[in-house]
Amino acid sequence: MADFPILSLMLAVPLVAALICLFVEAKGARTIALAATLVDFALGVLLWANYDIGGAQWQFTERVELFAGFSYALGIDGIALMLIMLSVFLMPICIGASWKSVDNRVGEYMGSFLLMETLMIGVFTAQDLFLFYIFFEAGLIPMYLIIGIWGGAERIYASYKFFLYTLLGSVLMLIAMLWMVNEAGTTTIPVLMAYDFPPGAQTWLWLAFFASFAVKMPMWPVHTWLPDAHVQAPTAGSIILAGVLLKMGGYGFIRFSLPMFPEASLEFAWLIFVLAMVAVVYTSLVALVQHDMKKLIAYSSVAHMGIVTIGLFAFNVQGIEGSMLVMLSHGLVSGALFLSVGVIYDRLHTREIDRYGGLSINMPKYSLFFMLFTMASVGLPGTSGFVGEFLSLAGIYQVSTWVTLVAATGIILGAAYMLYLYRRVIFGEQKNEDAAKMPDLDLREWLMMGPIALAVLWMGVYPESFLAPMRADIAALDARVARVKPEGDSLLKLAEPAIEGEATESDDHGEEPAHGGAH
Amino acid sequence: MDDILLIVFLPLLAAIIGGLGNRALGNFVVKLITTVALFASCALSWPIFLEFVAGNGTTEVVPVLKWVESGTLSFDWALSVDALTAVMLVVITTVSAFVHLYSWGYMEEDPDQPRFFAYLSLFTFAMLMLVTADNLVQMFFGWEGVGLASYLLIGFWFKKPSANAAAIKAFVVNRVGDLGFMLGIFGTFLVFGTVSIPEILAAAPAMAGSTIGFLGYRFDTMTVLCVLLFIGAMGKSAQLGLHTWLPDAMEGPTPVSALIHAATMVTAGVFMVCRLSPMFETSPTALGFVTFIGAATCFFAATIGTCQWDIKRVIAYSTCSQLGYMFFAAGVGAYGVAMFHLFTHAFFKALLFLGAGSVIHSMHHEQDMRYFGGLRKKIPLTFWAMMAGTLAITGLGIVGAFGFAGFYSKDAILEAAFASGTELGGLAFWAGITAALLTSFYSWRLMFLTFWGKPRWIESEHVQHSVHKTPETAEDSTGGYQPHESPWTILVPLGVLSVGAIFAGYVFHHAYIEDAAFWGSSIAYNEHLMHALHEVPTWVKWAPFAVMITGFAIAWYGYIRNTAFPARVVEQIEVVHRFVFNKWYFDELYDFLFVRPAFWVGRLFWRAGDIGIIDRFGPNGAAWAVAHGAGYAQKLQYGYLYSYALVMLLGLVGAVSWIIAG
Repeated sequence: MADFPILSLMLAVPLVAALICLFVEAKGARTIALAATLVDFALGVLLWANYDIGGAQWQFTERVELFAGFSYALGIDGIALMLIMLSVFLMPICIGASWKSVDNRVGEYMGSFLLMETLMIGVFTAQDLFLFYIFFEAGLIPMYLIIGIWGGAERIYASYKFFLYTLLGSVLMLIAMLWMVNEAGTTTIPVLMAYDFPPGAQTWLWLAFFASFAVKMPMWPVHTWLPDAHVQAPTAGSIILAGVLLKMGGYGFIRFSLPMFPEASLEFAWLIFVLAMVAVVYTSLVALVQHDMKKLIAYSSVAHMGIVTIGLFAFNVQGIEGSMLVMLSHGLVSGALFLSVGVIYDRLHTREIDRYGGLSINMPKYSLFFMLFTMASVGLPGTSGFVGEFLSLAGIYQVSTWVTLVAATGIILGAAYMLYLYRRVIFGEQKNEDAAKMPDLDLREWLMMGPIALAVLWMGVYPESFLAPMRADIAALDARVARVKPEGDSLLKLAEPAIEGEATESDDHGEEPAHGGAH
Repeated sequence: MDDILLIVFLPLLAAIIGGLGNRALGNFVVKLITTVALFASCALSWPIFLEFVAGNGTTEVVPVLKWVESGTLSFDWALSVDALTAVMLVVITTVSAFVHLYSWGYMEEDPDQPRFFAYLSLFTFAMLMLVTADNLVQMFFGWEGVGLASYLLIGFWFKKPSANAAAIKAFVVNRVGDLGFMLGIFGTFLVFGTVSIPEILAAAPAMAGSTIGFLGYRFDTMTVLCVLLFIGAMGKSAQLGLHTWLPDAMEGPTPVSALIHAATMVTAGVFMVCRLSPMFETSPTALGFVTFIGAATCFFAATIGTCQWDIKRVIAYSTCSQLGYMFFAAGVGAYGVAMFHLFTHAFFKALLFLGAGSVIHSMHHEQDMRYFGGLRKKIPLTFWAMMAGTLAITGLGIVGAFGFAGFYSKDAILEAAFASGTELGGLAFWAGITAALLTSFYSWRLMFLTFWGKPRWIESEHVQHSVHKTPETAEDSTGGYQPHESPWTILVPLGVLSVGAIFAGYVFHHAYIEDAAFWGSSIAYNEHLMHALHEVPTWVKWAPFAVMITGFAIAWYGYIRNTAFPARVVEQIEVVHRFVFNKWYFDELYDFLFVRPAFWVGRLFWRAGDIGIIDRFGPNGAAWAVAHGAGYAQKLQYGYLYSYALVMLLGLVGAVSWIIAG
C-alpha cells in the first residue's frame, strides 16, 4: 500500500472520466460520472482505512521533480484526509442530485463536476506551493461554468460576482507565494510550515493570504458573492460550493496562515474576531428576513463560517479541532440542506418559501430528514453540528469571553431563522395546491439523503472517528502556535488566604453555609 | 445487562421504532410498543429508588461510549445513578408511563398518533439522559434533547399557526437560557479543567474566593459560573424573565403539558441546581440570586394565575409559581426540600393537568372555564381526581397528623426560607406565603368555576358545534349537551396519580427531609438548616394553613356565594387587573425590544448593508469602473472570464520562471 500512488489515482479517475464525459451522450455521461465518483469514494475509504493514526505526519507521499524546484508533490495529513473524505462523500450525491434536473449539455456538466473533484482533491493533497495554487485557483473555473451555464435566470451576474471576488484575493496570494519561495528557497509546503519568516514580512504575507482565504471562507464583508452564487447555482453546484469549496478558506488558514505566520496571526486575531463576530450576528439577522430558501441557507453558511474562523484563531486545541469539526459538519449539513431545497425545487421549480407550506402532510419522510438537518444546523447535541460548535466556542472562551458571548448569540439566532424556515415550509396548512400534491421522496432521493443523515448522527454521537486522525496534526499545529498563544481575558486568580480583608468579602460564610444568600 | 441501560434506552428504542415505523406499523402497534417500553422502564426504576429510600442504594456510573476528546477536554456518554438521579428516574418514568396510557384515550381521534407516541418516548429518553449525566455536556445533551421534544410536541398540531408560534418561542427562549448554560460550561472547563460533575464538585470549595475576568470585569469565580449555569436553569424552568414560553406551550396536547410542562422537563432547572449544589454552596451571591428569582417568580406567576380563564393556562402559571418555590428552597440551602417538592409536585401537577384534560375531553375541546360549570355530577371520577390534586397543591393537612402531598413539601419550603434567617430568605418566605394564598384562591376558583354552579356550556362555540345550537335556540344553558366521563385509559392514570397526590408526602417526607443518609453525597445536605426547620415559631407552621383557608374562603365567596363579586372587584382595580391579566406585559415588551428589532435590523443589513453598500461599491462598482474605464482595458476583454484564468496560469508560469532565473 505504501508505494501505491493512491492519491494520484484519486486525481486521475475523475479527470479521465471527465474527458470521456465530453464525448458521450447524456445517459452515458451520467453513468460514467456516477461510477467515477463512486470509485473515488471507494478509494477514499481505502485511504482512510490505511491511514496510520499516530504514524508519520505526512502519509501517502508522492514526489516527482518537474522543473527547477517546482515539483509534483502529493501527501496528506489527518486534516487533509478528513476534507478529502468529505469531498469524495459528497460527489456521488451531487451526481445523484443532477440525475434528472440537468438535461442540457449533460456531458459537459458531468465533465465540469468531475474536473472539480480532481481539483478539490488536488487542493487537499498538494504539497508543493505552486501545485496548490494551481488547484486552488483552477477550482474556480468549473464552478464558474456550472453557475454560468446551468444556473438560474441571474446566472451571468452571479458567476461574474463569484469570479471577481475570488480572483481579487488570488492575485495577492500569488505575489506572496512568490516572495516566500524566494525567501525560504523551497516550494515544499511541509518545509514552509516549519520555516520562521521574519515577523515584519509575516504581516503583509498574512494579509495577502487573508485576502484570498477571507473571500473563499467567506468572511464579512466579502461574502456577498455567496448568496447570489448559491441561489443561481444548480442544486449540485450549491452542495459542492457549500460543502467543499467554502472549506478551502478554513483549510488555507490551518495550512498556511497559522503555521507559517504565527506572529502575524496573533497580530491580526482581533481583525478576525471583529469580522467573524459581525458575520455571525449580521448574517444571522439577514437570514431571518429571507424569502428565498437558498439565500437563507447561504447566509447561515456565512454565520457558521464565522464560528470556524473564530475557533481557528483561538490558538488552542479545542478551538482548532472544533473548527475542523464545524467545517466537516457544515459540509454535510449545508450540503444536505441545499439538497433538501433541491428536492422540492425539482417538484415545484421555485425557491420562494411562501410557495410551500404543510409539507409534513404529503411528504412526511422528507419532513423528517429536513428536521434532522435543521437541528444539525442549529447545533443540537447528538448531531454533528453541536460537537464542533461546542469545541470551538470552548476554545475561544479561553481567549476572550466577549467574543464567545457574541459568537454564541449565533446559537439563538440560528434556532430562530432555521425553525422559522422549517415552520413556513413544512408546518402550517397546505395553502398551495400544487405544493400539496408533491410526492414524497423517491428511492434516488432516499439514497442521497440517508447516507448524509447517518453521517450527521455518527459525527454527533461518536466524533472520535473524525477527531482521531486529526489529533496529532492539530497538536502539532498547537505546538507551532504555542509561542504566540494569547493569555485570554479570564485570568483566574486564586484566593490568597494571607490577605484576610479581601478574601472575606466573598467567602465569609464558611462557618454557616445554611445562611447562604446573605448578600 | 444493567437495569439503568434498559431504563434509559428502552424509550429511545421505542421512539425510533415508533417514529420510523409510523404508518407501516399502525396506530395500535406503535402505541403498544411505546407504552410497554415506558412501563418496563418504570418498573425497573422503582426498585432503584426504594433501595435508596431503604438506605442501601448503590451509587454507580455505567460507561456507554466515548464521546469527545479534544486536548484536555474530554467527556463520554455514561449513565450515573445516585439518590438524586433515582428520585428523578421514578418521577420521569412513572409520569411518562401513565401519560402514555392516558394518551390512548386522549389522542384517540387524532390521525397522527404514532408520531405523538414516538415524540413522547423520545422526550422521556432525553430527560433520562439529562438526569443520569455525570458530566455537564451530557446534561446539556439531555437539556437540548428535551427542548427538541418539547418543541415538536408543542407544535404537534402543526396546522395551527398559534401552535407553531408557541413551539418556536419555546425553543428560542430556551436557547437564550442555553447560551448561559454553555458559557457556564466553558467557564467551568476553564477554571477546573474538566466537565465531569463529580470532579467539579470536589474541586469547587477550593475555588471559593478566587476571582475571574468576565466580559472585561472581575468577579468572584464561583458566582460567575453558578449564575451562568443558573441562567440555563431559568430558561428551562420558566423563571421570571425567561418564563414567557411556558404559558404559550399549552398549545400542545394536554398529556404533553402534564408530562413535559409540569412534571418533568420544567423541573430540570431545579434538578441542575441540586445536582450542582456543592458548587452553588461556594457562592452566597449566586444562591442569593437563585432565592430572589425563585421568590419573585413564585409571587409573580401566582398573581397571573388568579385571573386567567383558560383552565390550562391557570395550571401553567401555577406550575411556574411552584417552580419558584423549588428554586428559593434551593437558594436558601434546602436542596432536599426542593427535590421533595419537585417529587410531590410531579404527581399533583400532572394529576391536575390530566384532570383538566379529562374535563376538556368531556367538554368537546372547550378550555375556557367561563363555559364550564356544574360538571361535578356529570364527570364525578374526574371531579374527585381534581379534588385530590387541588387539596394537594393547596397543601391541606394537620400538623403532626396527616396531610396531602403539597402540605409536607410546601410547608417545609416556607419553614426553610424562614429558618434560613437571611434577609432574602425572609423575603422569599413572605413571597411564598402570599403566593400560597393566591395558589389556594386560583385553585379553588378553578374548581368552583368548573365543577360547581350552573352549567354555562352553551356559550361555548365548541359545544355549539357539537349540539348544533346557539345560545338563542337552546332550551337551557346546557344546550342539551351531555358531558361524558372519560374512558378507563384516562381514568386509570388519574387514579394512580391521585394516590400519589394524597400519599406521596406522607410516605416519603421522612426520607427526603430528615434522612441525611438517603441523599448520601448526591446533594449538599445542610444538617443545621434541617434541624432549624423544626424550631420555627408555631405561627410560621400554621401560617400556610391560615392563608390556604383564606384563599379558599375568598374563592368560595366570589364564585359560589356571591358571583357578582369578582366583576365588582375587577372594576375597582381596573388598572391592576389589566396589568395582571395581560401577564405583566412581558410578551409585548419582548416583542418591542427583541423580536421586531431583529427583523427590522435584518432587513436593514440586507437591503442597506449587503445590497446598498457592499455590492454597490464592491463588485457592482468594479463592473461600472471597468465598463466606463479606459479603452485599452476593453481591448483586453475577450468576454470570457475563463480566458482570465488562462492568463493567470500563464502569469504563474512566467513568474515561476522569473524566480528560477533570478
